[in-house]
Amino acid sequence: MTQDLLMRYLIWPLVKFLVAFIIVQVIVAAMNYIERRLLGLMQARLGPNRVGNEVFEKITPRSLHRFIPGGLLQIIADPIKFLLKEDIVPSSSEKVAYFLGPMLPLIPAFLVFCLIPYGPPPTFVVTHVNVGLLLILALTSTGVYGIILGGWASNNKYSLMGGLRSAAQMVSYEVPFGLSIVGVLMLCGSFDLVRIINYQADHIWNLFPQLIAAFIFLVAMNAENNRTPFDLPEAESELVAGYHTEYSAMKFAFFMLAEYSSMIVNCCLMVSLFMGGWTLAINGYGLTTGVLRGWGLAGGILGAVIFISKVMLFMLMYIWFRATFPRFRFDQLMDLGWKWMIPLALANIAVTAVVVLLGLQFNFQGEVVLSIAGAAIIAFTLFLLLRPRAKVIHARRVSEA
Amino acid sequence: MFDVHEMEVNFGPQHPSTHGVLRVILKIDGERIIDAKPIIGYLHRGTEKLFENMSYPMCIPHTDRMDYVASATNNLGFVEAVEKLMGITKQIPKRAQLMRVMLSELQRLSSHLLWLATHAIDIGAMTPFFYCFREREQILDLFEEYCGARLTLNCMRIGGMPDDLPPGWLDDVEAFVDKFDAAIDEYESLLTNNRIWKKRTVGIGVISPEEAIDWGITGPPLRGSGVEWDLRRAQPYECYPELQFEIPIGKNGDTYDRYLVRMEEMRQSNWILKQCIPLVKATPAGDIKAKISKVVRPPEGEVYHSIESPKGELGYYIIADGKTQMAYRCHVRPPSFVNLQALPAMAKGHLVSDLVALIGTIDIVLGEVDR
Repeated sequence: MTQDLLMRYLIWPLVKFLVAFIIVQVIVAAMNYIERRLLGLMQARLGPNRVGNEVFEKITPRSLHRFIPGGLLQIIADPIKFLLKEDIVPSSSEKVAYFLGPMLPLIPAFLVFCLIPYGPPPTFVVTHVNVGLLLILALTSTGVYGIILGGWASNNKYSLMGGLRSAAQMVSYEVPFGLSIVGVLMLCGSFDLVRIINYQADHIWNLFPQLIAAFIFLVAMNAENNRTPFDLPEAESELVAGYHTEYSAMKFAFFMLAEYSSMIVNCCLMVSLFMGGWTLAINGYGLTTGVLRGWGLAGGILGAVIFISKVMLFMLMYIWFRATFPRFRFDQLMDLGWKWMIPLALANIAVTAVVVLLGLQFNFQGEVVLSIAGAAIIAFTLFLLLRPRAKVIHARRVSEA
Repeated sequence: MFDVHEMEVNFGPQHPSTHGVLRVILKIDGERIIDAKPIIGYLHRGTEKLFENMSYPMCIPHTDRMDYVASATNNLGFVEAVEKLMGITKQIPKRAQLMRVMLSELQRLSSHLLWLATHAIDIGAMTPFFYCFREREQILDLFEEYCGARLTLNCMRIGGMPDDLPPGWLDDVEAFVDKFDAAIDEYESLLTNNRIWKKRTVGIGVISPEEAIDWGITGPPLRGSGVEWDLRRAQPYECYPELQFEIPIGKNGDTYDRYLVRMEEMRQSNWILKQCIPLVKATPAGDIKAKISKVVRPPEGEVYHSIESPKGELGYYIIADGKTQMAYRCHVRPPSFVNLQALPAMAKGHLVSDLVALIGTIDIVLGEVDR
């Protein structure tokens, strides 16, 4: 009996967590490489393309050489470098807080991976918590403490400014981040990510009925992770390196690790909340949870693959943003958060609530109406983007432009 | 000394976006700049004093080191000043003049590309940096083909040019200028209509035309404020009067207008280059030097000559005593130094993020500021 309980509540979850953790950490490491290669591609340069080529050329047949991307062992070389570099602690820093700084964001970033359903339950869900979404939100929002603490403890004015910026940014964007989820909750009626995903498979991806919420979520998650165009806390050209100016070696790597981990967490949330998680189904047809479960482990793995592909799609979006956008200014960021995103999110909640209530009252499906509206917005945006337009403006004489 | 909320920050000299070793002492309230005080002199090399102890031709390599991203125009300003002092300006052969114009316009392109690259990356747009360097690399290759150097060109001599153009050089330039307009379109597609770029630049660091003239600002910052003043037209030198180009001017005098002005200047420079190629081909090969004595000894007198460098009015003031081969005094009026004066006035009331945009938009090179 005890053994059974131990197995069920300790060993098995731990094994699942470790597997999920390792997979996610591999993705984090790979993301670093992919980001650099992809940025290189977008920016007319190469990116890391050397490390490990010789090794791979020795162990693989010649005909495969051209299919192996160069520089794959960069993934391993980087952590080795971080481990071996000198760990400099500024003499004027607040020692305890300085050490806590890089550690704190890591804990929630790693814990959250227990709560994300990677594939059909029960095998691919580490811990099935019925308020999973709330717990995830609570955990991710603690990540900022490390940044503030680290920024303050470094005793560097630039770090301090980076930390303060980060604090203000998190406070402002946590609100629309949370508010944008409310619409989804109203439609699905649950905090349980598994049920939210199943609901989407049985009806339609929340992306359509909650288009505005999805957009707000996307922007807010960019801001939450301090990624371009919201990378003010570490704005290289302004604050040298922001909150991690004084951090070196593995401590610096911890910040990076936490950042990439929380990027993945947010992408997972995006996929679970708006893109149907591991399912590929509409109105109950297609690869729903039931179908995948019917195929046993193979179905589960297929689900996980679908999930991770969707997550990678959003990760690539981060990289794409980074290559495209300039950086916002601090006050503009606040403007965007408080004057646009929060009112928009509130309006979205109100509209969703009214439509859902009317649906209950007059017996029609609220999300169908919302989906049609969402699809219309998407079509209109596509029309605006694709319609033939005059080419780039030429400032022939600037005064006339 | 300070209000409770004020903080003093040393912005530089070791900072990624001060474009060298500029140090700005900032008094900030939160992120808002109350006072910005530029401190210069970290790159002072006493170039002007050095000029007093070497013959005129020996000075030319030292002019390279002032505005080290635009050395051809530095050379041009110096050799023209000496030529003016010697009264041989009219004797410079047509081919040499055209070569000088071509080199300095290529240099203007390369300098503006470097400006755009760093300005964009200061504001956070990463990609234009690499695109600009891609084209700048091709320009530097052209320089290397002509004179063997890529940055410190030392490519002009008093009375003409050191060497004739290498065979095929004009074709290489032609191949480059044909592609370059499309490259500018590419940069513009990333920035000009970008909402964030506009938010970061429109209305930042506004200088009215009157203020700009009062500060003595020249070059693109002056033209960005709407003053049509370009020394290539206002005080023509070399064969610029024969070439067609427009002077782009801005309207609001903000960072965005200065950006537009420089982008348009690149197009105009490209146009000038296109015009120059057939003109050079029409001149006899090898006719690149005026017939002057090997020993450069200007008569007693003084001269001020200025040209339009990529950054503004680059002037050389030379006093010759008529007895030696060395200048009695040589003063340089660097555009960056004068333009930098306006920084405190421009920065006041803006945020720290805007300061990097402002340093970028003034387009300073510290080698020139400190000399």
